[in-house]
Amino acid sequence: MSERLAVKSLGFLFAAGFFGNQAVHIAIAIGGVVAIVAGVVGVFTVIRGQAFAGEAFGDIGTAGGSGAYLVGVGPLLGFVIGNVIGAGAMELIGVQRPRGRDLATGIVLGAAIGLGALFLYLTVTGSNTTGATQTILFGSIFEIASSTVPLTLVLGLIVLVTIAVLYRPLLLSSVSAEIAAARGIAVRTVGAFYLLALALTVALAAITIGTILSTALLVGPAAAALRLTKSTPRAMLYAAGIGIAAVWIGVVLAYDSDHWPPGGRTWPVSFFVVALVFCAYLLSGVPQAIHARRASARAER
Amino acid sequence: MSEQLLSVQGVDVRIGPRKILDDVSFEVAPGQFTGLIGSNGAGKTTLLRVILGLQAPSAGSVRIDGRPRSRRGAAIGYVPQKFLLDPDLPLRARDLVDLGIDGQRLGVPWPSRRRRARVEQILESVDALRFADERVGNLSGGEQQRVLIAHALVGEPKLLLLDEPLANLDISRGEEVVSLLAAIAKEHAIAVLISAHEINPLLPVMDRVVYMAAGRAASGSTEEVVRADVLSRLYGHHVDVLNVHGRVLVVAGAGSASDLVGHEIALPETGAHG
Repeated sequence: MSERLAVKSLGFLFAAGFFGNQAVHIAIAIGGVVAIVAGVVGVFTVIRGQAFAGEAFGDIGTAGGSGAYLVGVGPLLGFVIGNVIGAGAMELIGVQRPRGRDLATGIVLGAAIGLGALFLYLTVTGSNTTGATQTILFGSIFEIASSTVPLTLVLGLIVLVTIAVLYRPLLLSSVSAEIAAARGIAVRTVGAFYLLALALTVALAAITIGTILSTALLVGPAAAALRLTKSTPRAMLYAAGIGIAAVWIGVVLAYDSDHWPPGGRTWPVSFFVVALVFCAYLLSGVPQAIHARRASARAER
Repeated sequence: MSEQLLSVQGVDVRIGPRKILDDVSFEVAPGQFTGLIGSNGAGKTTLLRVILGLQAPSAGSVRIDGRPRSRRGAAIGYVPQKFLLDPDLPLRARDLVDLGIDGQRLGVPWPSRRRRARVEQILESVDALRFADERVGNLSGGEQQRVLIAHALVGEPKLLLLDEPLANLDISRGEEVVSLLAAIAKEHAIAVLISAHEINPLLPVMDRVVYMAAGRAASGSTEEVVRADVLSRLYGHHVDVLNVHGRVLVVAGAGSASDLVGHEIALPETGAHG
């Protein structure tokens, strides 16, 4: 009796064919990997105050992704190549200097958006790939080719290993470049490797939810996690968890949305993911607010 | 020579045509408390940067523990000028101190009871245990400073360098920090080199002084250095050294430096600690 109820409610949650669908499998796998990587790197992005650089890589990815469409390779490759070149350019212009950081990011970002505009124009007008703009900017996680999965895994692993190896020097140079340098840390090299890891992470996030929204998956879960815990490693764990939950629930809801108005078409996964991340961020403020309220109540007594 | 912990010999630093440091030489023995005194622009920070290996000298040498200064050295603990930390920096005070143990090493630190106990102990010795679990960015300037001192100490350095730790502190807070540092130096048997504008807060605890003006330095005991003739030669300009209720005032005076040979002012008894 209760078993049948459970199956029925599961059926309500997971529309028919959800578990047998290969596109869903790929979406779940890639979404999970990307959420973990974005959570871990995102915590450093928030600690270093480099959300703007993350956003820039999203826009640079637009140029890379649309360029990939033009030459007929997969979008992930385009995102990765575009972002790695972008990271190199930012480093050369002087992203490592405190004042140069926003400047370098802004200059590279502007140039990249210009290229992206050209490539998108050529792609959309030149061939029948009308979905390109939607795919690049807003992502289409259900349309990822299964051949993309190994590359995603390898890139995710590269980023996680980089962060694990750099963990201590990176954290210390994020606190104070001066203290880190006095300890013999090559602050610039560490920063450059981190920038590369960030570039790859945003490329991964872009195939999941699109270039424009990629920052949401990078910064949102990390910012929420840092409101929930003061411990850095735990924040990475929470951020990964929030990201996975947002992506997976987003995938389920998008799959279900087939039956929703206007009907016949699924809603974009990216919308759900970003909305869920935003909700998670709002909710993450609740414990703090309760704590502050209790503290002030105690003080009044 | 070999018993000196820090030996600075004939250090020059030139940036373009400007001479920031001009033939600076002094030594610090193990466990000694040394004040690096001078006004803004005297070259104190540059000298500290040379000692830390962040600035290459144009001439001269720095030896630490008898060896040439290498960039990778845990022998020096360094506390930069405060208010360096971002206001929202989401890192616990405890974690910043933990990074002081081996923050320069690659890889993820493996938590252990011993590590935790060591951090706890250092935090307690600088009276920072109360706010150990707060985020460093949310702490007051004085609290951040204690955390940074703990960060510098936890690596068990032989020499602790502090850049203007008394700037922006009121007088009683300044005294607290000085006596804390003196106690730490004694307890851990480490040498302390501390830069400051003002000599007076350091007088009760200082073993040696390095007095800087216009990139040049005079060093020795306070009795040897804080004298009108020595400081006048250093400034290249006549100064008087006044002793007011056990405090020292260095004031610009009339006449030329050569008038002052033999002119001496008795310094207060500096043995009265605390």
